[in-house]
Amino acid sequence: MAILEIRNLRKVFGSVIANDEVNLSLEAGETHAILGENGAGKSTLIKMISGLYKPDAGQILLNGVEQHFANPRDAILAGIGVVHQHFMLIPALSVAENVVLGSEGSRFLFRKKDAIEKVLRISKELGLPLDPAIKVQDLPVGMQQRVEIVKALYRNARILILDEPTAVLTPQETEELFAVVRRLNQDQIPVIFISHKLDEVREIADRITVMRAGKSVNTMPVADATAKELAQLMVGREVVLETIKTPAQTGNVVLSVEGLSVRDDRKMTRVKNVSFDVRTGEIFGIAGVDGNGQTELVEAIVGLRKLEGGKILFLDKDITAESVSGRIHRGIGYVPQDRQRDGLVLPFTVADNLILRSVGNQPFSKSGWLQKKSTRASAEKLIKEFDIRPPLADAQAVSLSGGNQQKVILAREMSREPQLLIAVQPTRGLDVGAIEGIHRHLLSLCEQGKAVLLVSLELEEIMQLSDRIGVMHAGELVTVMDAKKATRETLGLAMTGERVEEGVAP
Amino acid sequence: MSKRMQNLMLPLLAVITGLILGGIIMWISGYKPINAYIALFQGAFGNPVFIANTIAGAIPLILTSLGIAIAFRTGLFNIGAEGQYWIGAMVGTWIGYNFPHLPWYIHIPFALIGAMLAGGIWGGLIPGLAKAFVGAHEVITTMMMSYIAILIGHFMLERGPMMAPGYNPQSPLVSPTATLPTLISNSNLSAGIFIAIAAIIVVYLVLFHTTFGYRLRTVGYNPMAAKYAGMNVPLFTIYSLGLSGVLAGLGGAVQIMGVDHQLTDTFSSGYGYTAIVVSLLARNNPIAIFFASVFFSALSTGSQVMQINSGVSPNMTDVITGVIIFFVATDKLYSYFRGRFRRTAKAQSEQKGVSLS
Repeated sequence: MAILEIRNLRKVFGSVIANDEVNLSLEAGETHAILGENGAGKSTLIKMISGLYKPDAGQILLNGVEQHFANPRDAILAGIGVVHQHFMLIPALSVAENVVLGSEGSRFLFRKKDAIEKVLRISKELGLPLDPAIKVQDLPVGMQQRVEIVKALYRNARILILDEPTAVLTPQETEELFAVVRRLNQDQIPVIFISHKLDEVREIADRITVMRAGKSVNTMPVADATAKELAQLMVGREVVLETIKTPAQTGNVVLSVEGLSVRDDRKMTRVKNVSFDVRTGEIFGIAGVDGNGQTELVEAIVGLRKLEGGKILFLDKDITAESVSGRIHRGIGYVPQDRQRDGLVLPFTVADNLILRSVGNQPFSKSGWLQKKSTRASAEKLIKEFDIRPPLADAQAVSLSGGNQQKVILAREMSREPQLLIAVQPTRGLDVGAIEGIHRHLLSLCEQGKAVLLVSLELEEIMQLSDRIGVMHAGELVTVMDAKKATRETLGLAMTGERVEEGVAP
Repeated sequence: MSKRMQNLMLPLLAVITGLILGGIIMWISGYKPINAYIALFQGAFGNPVFIANTIAGAIPLILTSLGIAIAFRTGLFNIGAEGQYWIGAMVGTWIGYNFPHLPWYIHIPFALIGAMLAGGIWGGLIPGLAKAFVGAHEVITTMMMSYIAILIGHFMLERGPMMAPGYNPQSPLVSPTATLPTLISNSNLSAGIFIAIAAIIVVYLVLFHTTFGYRLRTVGYNPMAAKYAGMNVPLFTIYSLGLSGVLAGLGGAVQIMGVDHQLTDTFSSGYGYTAIVVSLLARNNPIAIFFASVFFSALSTGSQVMQINSGVSPNMTDVITGVIIFFVATDKLYSYFRGRFRRTAKAQSEQKGVSLS
């Protein structure tokens, strides 16, 4: 009998069906992957299993008994442990305190010694070395995740759910996590592993359930599933793995980065001696696992982060010392990774957001006075051109969907007619239609002879769009290769830090 | 409910709730709330002189509130407007009595500009620089600078350099060349009202029709996006706190030159603090600040007549003010209850965004 069984689960938010006819069964000791694109409904499913949402229809059965969780506490008591993508830890408390938080046992007194002992015992059983006395804020991300896992087990979890657990991990940490998952399986604890990364899922899972558009499409043993098949199930159509673009007519060097080194906010060197060129008419893609220095590299190029060493040349001018606004005026467009945090002023209207980076320029202002008419006219033109919905210049940016917010940013950056557009994860979290639109716009920039620097965690995207691909690992640009010669395997290898010698381009 | 309606409705609801709760308290204490409110209204607007005094009382509130609103718009909390108001009054007074031979058309601008600069430096430059370069929080620095200002004021008057001959802690009278003319005789209403109205218009235009105001608001709503757009965030922090202090300083000088004509120990009755409430109630909108200031001024001028006619202590208006502050500050409470009882389309779409992310 299945330990956990999900029958025809359904959840609706307003007019959006987030989950419908979701079926899943979890056997003892297996790792069961749930694979799906962003927005496929994975998180909604997890939130129902963990008691955060109430299903509108369908059943959740634990060992054959139907469950009705009123809140997450019920789910925890029933033995469901969840490690969320964003950790629920209190940085200022120690590991032991975090683990026992909320289940201290004795009502008034906090038995610190017992807690420490129990944490030590669990972490030893798991083969997860963990110092119970250290503060969580002093731990690297991978270790914090262990604390979450130990916390779940401390509460006697009999099922462990990991929500996108590898998104924040280095390859080594991922390997260590996989070892933990296997050990849990040996102890007959099943693990639900949520991901949208094909390779990973094929490595760790016993069975895979693919979700698409809120439904569970298929469940199969991992041995029966090829990458292509899984990709097709996820997206719902034949996935075009070849480039859809015409070969680039590359010309002069637009951006030249020489020996760049950059530190992050904690003074750790995150970019080490990186050099590359981007030429007119090409898309230069940067691939890599999240957190390998891509963000810092881009922030250094656009002027948001100081350099530790190196030089940046833009159209043959040294811009190393130039301000952000200076670089904007020279013609560097930038689509930041976090559109809501960096890219938009959410309470502003769409029209106001469209002039965010050119408010001081004609025709949007004249000697310091805003020219609302020309701002509006330009906004209406861009809304039409980029198909921003709803098509209202006065709509607040916060009221737009993620895809349309991204269109606003892209419209703004492209309307400035940049010589170089830097786009970081431009399609993150968007649906297929929006993704294709944004890809089309990026390709059209190249055709106009502009240069594009594309940073993405999605290999598909990098491979589809780029002319040349650089791979970053641990702050270094491990390799730069011609996109025509790049395969998933060579790129994947480079992403783990292997140098691919013959691929190195000058 | 549209955003604009909501901006109007919530403050109105807060005011109405404040008046009703105040009425209930009067009723419990054995007074007749309707009569008291009628007396309050008569005291504030019952004859031309009362109206003039109500408007006169609104002038310093308008000016300091505009300053606080600019800081709020930039995401900053200028809590030291009271001290900046004192500094402005001090400098205005000093220039006012020291240069009696200047013609009025030079003396008045001289005193006003001097007060504005002093307020700007006190409220903006020092806390602004401290925030921009060492990260000192403006709530602390503006408040501490405010205490320093108020105490310097007392020092100046209590046997200090600005004390007039005699035994009272007060400064000499400002010269007639630095006095703003009274508009309605037997009232406190001076030409300062034109300065206040001009300030409202200027602040409105600057905030909503200039690139400078656009940038101030960008920094306030989202400093990360402001950085991304190439704006110098620390510089705008200094500008914003500076302007805030300029307006509060102007308020102090206008009060001296229009109404008090000399600085005394009991000069301010907490305008700098009431102004925070005014800006909150007006949601930092310069035009709404006019009406909110008149409202609070009316509470204060009308309370005297209310006491005479119905025996209710003028402190009752403080109770009403307190309730209003409570409801303005807790407007989130309102949205919370609305969200609980009536799932609106907006709440649902927000939730959807979370669940699908």
